Formats: sequence, C-alpha cells, structure tokens
Amino acid sequence: MDTPAINDLNICVATENGSGSASSNNILFKAIFKMGVPCSSKNMFPSNIQGLPTWYEIRASAEGYLSRKDVIDVMVMFNDATAAKDIHRVRDGGLILYDDSTPLPANLRRDGVQYVGLPANKLVTKLVPASPLRAKQRNMVYVGALAYLFGIDMEVIKAVLEDTFGKKPAVIESNLLCIDAGYQYLKEKGVTQNIARLQEIPNGNKGKIITEGNTVAALGAIYGGVSVICWYPITPSSSIAESLEYYLPRLRKPKDGKKTYAIVQAEDEIASVGMIVGAGWTGARAMTSTSGPGVSLMNESIGLAYYAEIPCVFFIVQRGGPSTGLPTRTQQADISLMYGASHGDTRHILLIPHDMNSCFDFARRSFDVADRFQTPVFVAMDLDLGMNLWSSEPLKLEKEPYDLGKRLSAEQLEEWAKAGKKFRRYFDQEGDGIPYRTVPGNQHRMASYFTRGSGHDADAKYSEDENDYKYILDRLRKKFETARKFVPKPIIERERGVKTGIVCYGSSYEPVREARDRLKARGLKTNQMLIRALPLTGEVRDFLAEHDTIYLVEQNRDAQMAAIIKDEQPEVGAKIMSVLVYNGLPVTAGEVVKQIFDAAQSAQPKTATA
Amino acid sequence: MAEAKLNRINLSEKDYEGAASTMCRGCGHDAISASVMRAYFESNIDPRKVIKMSGIGCSSKTPAYFLSQSFGFNAVHGRMSAVATGANMANHTLMPMGVSGDGDTAAIGLGNFCHMMRRNVNITYIVENNGVYGLTKGQFSATADVGSVMKGGKVNDIPAIDLAELAVTLGATYVARSFSGDRKQLTPLVQGALAHSGSAILDVISPCVTFNNHEGSTKSLKYAKGHLDPIHEVDFIPPYENIEADYNEGTDHEVELHDGSRIILHKLSKDYDPTNKAQAVTAIHAAVAEGKFLTGLIYYNPNRKEFAEELNLCDTPLAELTQADLQPSAEDLDQINASFTK
Repeated sequence: MDTPAINDLNICVATENGSGSASSNNILFKAIFKMGVPCSSKNMFPSNIQGLPTWYEIRASAEGYLSRKDVIDVMVMFNDATAAKDIHRVRDGGLILYDDSTPLPANLRRDGVQYVGLPANKLVTKLVPASPLRAKQRNMVYVGALAYLFGIDMEVIKAVLEDTFGKKPAVIESNLLCIDAGYQYLKEKGVTQNIARLQEIPNGNKGKIITEGNTVAALGAIYGGVSVICWYPITPSSSIAESLEYYLPRLRKPKDGKKTYAIVQAEDEIASVGMIVGAGWTGARAMTSTSGPGVSLMNESIGLAYYAEIPCVFFIVQRGGPSTGLPTRTQQADISLMYGASHGDTRHILLIPHDMNSCFDFARRSFDVADRFQTPVFVAMDLDLGMNLWSSEPLKLEKEPYDLGKRLSAEQLEEWAKAGKKFRRYFDQEGDGIPYRTVPGNQHRMASYFTRGSGHDADAKYSEDENDYKYILDRLRKKFETARKFVPKPIIERERGVKTGIVCYGSSYEPVREARDRLKARGLKTNQMLIRALPLTGEVRDFLAEHDTIYLVEQNRDAQMAAIIKDEQPEVGAKIMSVLVYNGLPVTAGEVVKQIFDAAQSAQPKTATA
Repeated sequence: MAEAKLNRINLSEKDYEGAASTMCRGCGHDAISASVMRAYFESNIDPRKVIKMSGIGCSSKTPAYFLSQSFGFNAVHGRMSAVATGANMANHTLMPMGVSGDGDTAAIGLGNFCHMMRRNVNITYIVENNGVYGLTKGQFSATADVGSVMKGGKVNDIPAIDLAELAVTLGATYVARSFSGDRKQLTPLVQGALAHSGSAILDVISPCVTFNNHEGSTKSLKYAKGHLDPIHEVDFIPPYENIEADYNEGTDHEVELHDGSRIILHKLSKDYDPTNKAQAVTAIHAAVAEGKFLTGLIYYNPNRKEFAEELNLCDTPLAELTQADLQPSAEDLDQINASFTK
C-alpha cells in the first residue's frame, strides 16, 4: 500500500446552498490553517439562496501552492442532486464520504475509490432537538469525520469554533457535539484511509492572515481616503460596500462629532456613477463598486468623467458574462470593457491586483492615481480574488502622503494671480497632458469654470471649433501616455537564457506560479511576467520583445489582453499563444500546463517536451 | 452715471449675470434665468457658494447664462439629480441650483429625479417645462398633455406626468409651480426655494416659442397665460426684514423657512394650507381636470432633515478633509491583521 501524503490533500465538499455548509466548510478550512499547513479554499456557489448545488474545495499543499487543484482526493458527497456526477470527479484511489442514513443507490457506486459511510442524518436527529437548526448541523458531522480520517486535532477544531462563535457558547457546544459525533463514529468503526495525513507545522502559518479580496479592497479604500461611496447591490462586488459599512465606523474617527464619509446605496448603477462623478468633481475621493453589468450601465458617465476630467474610482469584481451570465463564477472578461468604456475615443487606467496585499495597496493608491490623472480609474478584480478566502502575508501600509495631483487651492491661485499667470482648466501647462484643476468651494475669483461633457476649449468654454476639439482629444491621449510611466510596473521573474515567457494578470498569478514549477519539472523552463496595470508600461513591452514564445494566460474567451497588446505592439503578435480558461472556475495549474504543452506540440511538433 | 444698486453683500445685479444666452428669441427659459438672477441678488447670496447643475437639453444650457462666478456642471442627459447628489455629499456647504427640462427630468432622468427627492437632497431644482424636446426639434415630452397637438399635427394621447404631484408624493419638501412669464410670482418662489434646506422643486411652465407655441398646444404662451390658476400671491420676506404690514390675519398664510426668512401667501379665491399633503395632491388633480395650471407654493414640509444632515456628515466638507482625518493608523491595521488570523 502507498504511504499517505503528508499535508497534501484536496477535499471537495458537495452540498446544497443554504444548508449550513458555509459554516462547516469555513471551520474545516480554518482548522487546517491553524495547524500551520499551507492551504486554500475555493467556493463554487450558485446564484441562489437555498437548495441549489454548491461545491467547496479545500486544498492543503505542503509545497505552498494556493490555486485550485483539478485532482480531487476526497469527495464529501452530501448532495443527492449532484452525487451521480460527483462520484466521477474523485481520482482513482480517492475517497467518497457519504451519508449512509439511507442505503446508497447502486448507481452511485463506482470502482477504484474507498467509500466511507457516515450516518450524519441519524446522528443529528439523535443529538439535536427538532428545530430549523438541526438540518444545518448535519454538515458539522462531516467536519468531525474528516478530522478523524485525516488527523485534525479536536482541540484545534474547538479553538476555531471559539474564534468563530466566541460570544455564543450554546452554538459552540451544539456544533461541537455534532462534530464529535462524526469523529467518534468513524473511530469506533475503526475506519482508516491511506491517502493523506495532515500534520501540524509549528509556526507554519505564523503571522499569516485569512481574508478575501473584497474585504481587503474596502480597507484599502478607507486607508486611501475614500469619503463618498455610491453603489448598487450586485454579485460579486456587494461585499466591498458591506465591508466599507462595517469598517468605516470602526476605523474613522468622527469629526465635529460626525461622519467623515457618506455611503449611499443608489437606485441603480447609473445613479451610483452619477453621484461619484459629482463628488469627484467637487473634490471628494469617491468610489463605486460593481461588476460587469454595472459597468455596462455606467458607460455614459464614465465617458463624461474621462472627457470632463473628473477623478473617480471603480472597483470592478468580474464575474461570468455576457449578460447576467454566471454571477457567482469568476472571469476576466471585462478587461476590454473597462479599458475602453464609453463611446468615442476613450482609454482608461486599470490597476490589476493579483493577491490580498495588492488588493489593499491598489485600492489605496487608486485614489492617488485618479486625482493625479483626473480621470476614472478601475481596480480590476475578479470573483476568485474578491470572494474566496486566501491565506496571505499580513496587510502592510506604505506611509505615503496622499497625492491630490494638480489641484489648486485659493492661496495657490492668488500666487498665480500675482505672478500674472492665468488659470486655464483644460490647458496643458506642463507638457504632460495633465491640466490644473480647481474644485467648487474654492472662492478665488479665478477658480470657477463651467464643466461639461460637450465640446469645450482649453479654457472650459463651450466650443464646436475643430481645433479646440482636437486639442482636448490629443491632450487626453498625451495624459494617458504620461500614466503609462506612472502605473504599477509588472512583476517579472526570469532566468538568463530562457526565451519562453508566461504572461498573466490578476488571479491567474497563483496557478501560473504552480504551472511554471510543473513545466520546469518536465523540462520546460519559463520566465514569468505579471501585468499589473493598463496602460501597458515599457517593462511589459520589453519583456514581450525579448522572448521568442509567449504564453498569455487569460480568463476569457476572446483573449482580450492579447488584443490590447497586439494593438499597441503588433510586432510581438505572432509570438503570443493564448492560454484561455473561461469555464467560470478558478484557474488550475493543470489546465495551464496542459494548454501550454498542447500549444507547444502543435507549434513545434519536433521539439515538444511533453 | 448713476451708481449700480448693491445688495447687502455689496454685489450688483451685474455680478449675478452670465454669458450671453443662446436661446431662441422670446424663449421662456430666458425669463426664468432673469428671475433666478434676481432671486440670488435679492437674497444676497454669494455666487461663489453656488454650484449650478444641469443635464442635457435647451434648459440645461441656461446655467451658463447666469452666475458666471459659480462653478457649473452640465452633465449627461437625465443624470443631473445623481451628479448633484454626489456634489452635495462632497461639499454640503455649497448651494446646488439644478436646472433641467421636462425631457431631462420626466423621461430619461425620472428615476434619478425621484430618488433625489426621496433622499431630500438639498437643492433648488427648476424644471423649465415646455412639453416638448426643443434641442432635437420638436418631439413630445412626458409632460405633454393628452390632446395637445404637435407642430406637425400629431396629437398626444398618453397622459402627462405631473412633476409637481410626483414631487409632493415622493418626498420633496418644497414644491412650487409657476409660469416663466410671471416674474412677480416666480422670483419670490425661487427665493423661498433658495432659503429652504431640502429638495425644493419648481415646475415652471416655460413655453417653447419655436416648437410648441402653436394653436392646439397646451404649453403655448397664449394657452398658459389663459389657464393659470394661482392659489395665492406670494411675497418673500428675507430674515433681516421685519415686515408685518402686508400680513392679513385670517386670509394670509405664513411659511417660515430654515434660515429665518418667510413666505407670505396672500389668499386669492380658496383656503389653502401648503403643509397639507393630501390637499396639495387634490388641488393639483382638480386643476388638471379643468385644464389649468395650479401655481404658487403647492407644498411645504419643514419637518424633514435634508440628506447631508440625515447622513450625519461632519461640518467640514468631505472634499476638504485631509489625510490626517481620513487615514486610520498602522496600529489599526495591525489589529485588523490580528482579527484575520482567527
């Protein structure tokens, strides 16, 4: 018999949503984290409140890989509706844990896996008085069973329960009762398995945190000085605004005994964007959070903010499109939508985080970028980053002064006046395409101007003159070129002599990191570039130019980033091979490796290393 | 040369002017602009404390034609209410003046308009209502009356949205209707709106002399003049004046505004209490049934907090807060990190 793998285990829990499994899965995941084992979780949940299938995958990885894994070692088969499919997702030699309160139908049997029965229903009926709670506690039983099977100490589970339900001892007790029942049941039956053991790693996760991108982005916005937030509920971005609602009163000291922020749940996304444009124009740091459908609705006012040069920040948590698409699944299919939002010639700045710390950092800095460039800025996230729990290094605050850009105070204007300088709102004074700006409330006699989304000249006067019009458009383009040197540079990992590059962005980073190790083990050395912003910086251009073969990993069907690159740097177009994962699930290293080998084989059949 | 008359903050009427109007000659909108300038002058308001907000359409162009010292924002079609709401949150010490039309407000921007009133955002919001799309040359708007005839002969058979009724129902706290040609009534109503804190909606019938001034139109100059149904005569008394003489016990109604100024409503034919919401709606319906425009201060509610107050915003405008006010400490972040280890 094989020896069990140590701290290498991929569990998939199949349940119905609304059945309490969110709690039990959370406890299971946090228990493994508390043991010091590197681990990650992915929640594949339905766009529904109760009764539809949901899968939660927990991966423990001794090597510290945190991406989703496509090989499942253990299936907790607790949803009859999906069981027939679920049994085939387990690898040969894997294990299926099922509720044998009623006999398992013959069609749910298969060869090559170990079946472990656990009468969760019966146990819970015995332990928990009839109540709505009872059904939910059924899922706690499998937590105990898995703890027994794979070696999670009950003391650790107790500690997690106390962390989770600290102020409700009755809840802790009742959950513990059910978890313990699952544990003891398998122990008494003497069930064993030989797949994996979880072993405590002292200080293994010391200092690390567990959090999700939406929470962290909200915190970043608070540290970045957001004061006006207008939003409309939409999956998967709502928890950004909800986190703001939670943290703002806790973190912001009152001023004059009152609030230093306004949060408004607007009547629709069209209103949210209108409000932040109004607030940004008036000089507040303003943001909205939404996903693709919201961006579609906001398009017109995004163009207004671009053309009238008004800072505002959009937190976009991408989900599966088009249309309503898959609201609870992940994708990166709104890159071109954000980059070119609104009619006419527009281009927008995107900050693209890839982990928890960059979600925090980019969220914080987005307001500086918006103020500096007087334009909409998109923080381009996705559901995998935003809503899944990630273990991460703790959040770090870079102490930097806020950059309000070229915003003139009344005092500065007075100095200008004394020096005989004129304030011209849309004039390129310094050759970088960024004009000076004043905000309402500035009472200097030179300060006021008329803002409009219609044609205007360098002095903000209404104009239909062809030269005035073209001046503004060209200057906006120049401003965008200035931003190219300012936005976050890519993260590059390279070895001398390696001519194959893998390029990715956002949540693809973690699976690509793992895929590179696997490719290397199979003889294909690669360099890596993580794109972190649009416009593409010079470093991106250089990396692309310096490699012979480029695999560009994206989570969309149409290779949207590749199209942007090919448009700006056509000479590298022929070298780019797209690796596209767009099934709505978080990318796996296995999928990346497979597509790269497939592409390598079809491109160079003689030298393929598979 | 005679010296220009100055108001109490030493500004002349000229200080309230703007760029030359580009409206058609005789347009009702220009008359409204004149009333607006007059109201600001009479109310001694510093134009630098005003922000002028508008959407798209002929009416939305007009803020460029008054108060040139104020910041102005000509936003996209139908979105002025949302943009003004955002501006108000960012700096609630400024006084937003919204100018919009019946297309901008009653059609494309209806949703945002309704929700702005629900929130009771502090704004003076004038709808220059002519029942027609002027800038796109003469299509019916959502305030065109049933039976009204378009220039080309087409008859409207879809009921009009009554913006005053909507405003009363949805939470606006100062609702008036007037006529562009009745400066005597309109100016004090605008002054009252400026003194009010909360959503003040003025639905002003403003005939379009180019596209909706013909026989058969119910918003033509001639028709409007002949169908006005004033509830009362309106006097505005600023807070620093103590005029009692004009007030007739029993027949006049006095409304006291937030800043201490007062509006005296001199009764005409019927008893009318503008703080009675049900009566306001009934009176609007009755006038519509007779094909008339009920004008005057239709509704007033002194008891609702305006939005910025409801949000409990600090006295310092959000737009003027500094990093010291806005950025929590590194120690706070340490505590958050600690909470994420559980």
